Amino acid sequence: MPHRVPHDDRPAYTEFPPRWYRPRMSTYWWLKRRAYLTFILRELSSVCVAWFVVFLLMLVAAVSRGEESYRQFLSWSGSPVVVVLNLVSLFFVVFHAVTWFNLAPQAMPVRLRGKRIPGSWVAASNYAAWALASALVAWLLLGG
Amino acid sequence: MADRIALQVLRYRPEQEAEPTVEQYEVPCRKDWVVLDGLNYVKDRLDGSLSYRWSCRMGICGSCGMMVNGEPKLTCATFLADYDPGPVRVEPLSNFPVVRDLVIEMSDFMRKLPAVKPWIVRKEEKPLKEGGYLQTPEQMDEYKQFSMCINCMLCYAACPVYGLDPTFLGPAAIALAQRYNLDSRDQGARERLEILSQHDGIWGCTFVGECTKVCPKDVDPAGAIQRYKLKAALEWLRPFFLWGSER
Repeated sequence: MPHRVPHDDRPAYTEFPPRWYRPRMSTYWWLKRRAYLTFILRELSSVCVAWFVVFLLMLVAAVSRGEESYRQFLSWSGSPVVVVLNLVSLFFVVFHAVTWFNLAPQAMPVRLRGKRIPGSWVAASNYAAWALASALVAWLLLGG
Repeated sequence: MADRIALQVLRYRPEQEAEPTVEQYEVPCRKDWVVLDGLNYVKDRLDGSLSYRWSCRMGICGSCGMMVNGEPKLTCATFLADYDPGPVRVEPLSNFPVVRDLVIEMSDFMRKLPAVKPWIVRKEEKPLKEGGYLQTPEQMDEYKQFSMCINCMLCYAACPVYGLDPTFLGPAAIALAQRYNLDSRDQGARERLEILSQHDGIWGCTFVGECTKVCPKDVDPAGAIQRYKLKAALEWLRPFFLWGSER
């Protein structure tokens, strides 16, 4: 009987071998709760983060090979498949960032003059740093 | 509010069945009745063979943890009226072997708990005549939250990592280790780090965060584990940068 597995290190005082029922976790456990699904999506979003790194490296490689190669890269990245892929990736990267920033206060209890500052401040400082970095990149690309 | 509510209780009688079955009982649904009251009603009036653990019925003993409609709950603090009109499904805590009905086997947790040395470790005890180890309210505040754990194991039932890999040390044990690490009187952080920085320790945690959400005592095990990861990483980097150890 598959479910009546006697446990190896059962307590010595047990008079009869216990026949424990060992429930197995479903392969689709991550669909059972919203929080589990959010977690799995956040983990999967790392693939999209990796894709953006690869995309950037491809851009750098194309630029280093000269103008012709850069133009080819531009026309390739303008193709519908790549645009859709990048849009989906952008969504997941933003999702990754937002869920992480919201979790940050839990991992970082920050104390100021002996008092723990509210978690929302920690999250807010992360968002502020994000906005600042984005503004810097925008300035470099558009105005700089 | 209806005056009765249906309890769908998972029954497992190893002497007569290989897999659990569901049995339904009608119990009174009173404003001040919790799920545990419903189970006690079943045991007293309807079916005396129903097995489950409970003791204090005031949220401090940590023995009446069960899955209520799929969520890990202390049944003494979960009101039937909140599930009106029902039915309320009561199952044994997830991720643990089931001994009988709603009784789970917890020796895995009982083995893990002492492994993290959840007591004050001193390299050298100071003589009695020097008095006790004093602590300021701020120092106590550092660890107090993590000391509220009642070992109810709801966090283990909520943790998919523990469900998939039972060798994982688990939320409560790590939170308790952190409770002693953050205690100003303790000097055992390094000893604990050796156990906790192993593969089955803090690094097993992927920060799902459900342990914190289901905790009836607001212990925040997920927070404790992430803080521990940061500490372990800094400790690992320390030889390269030669900054001083905290303790």
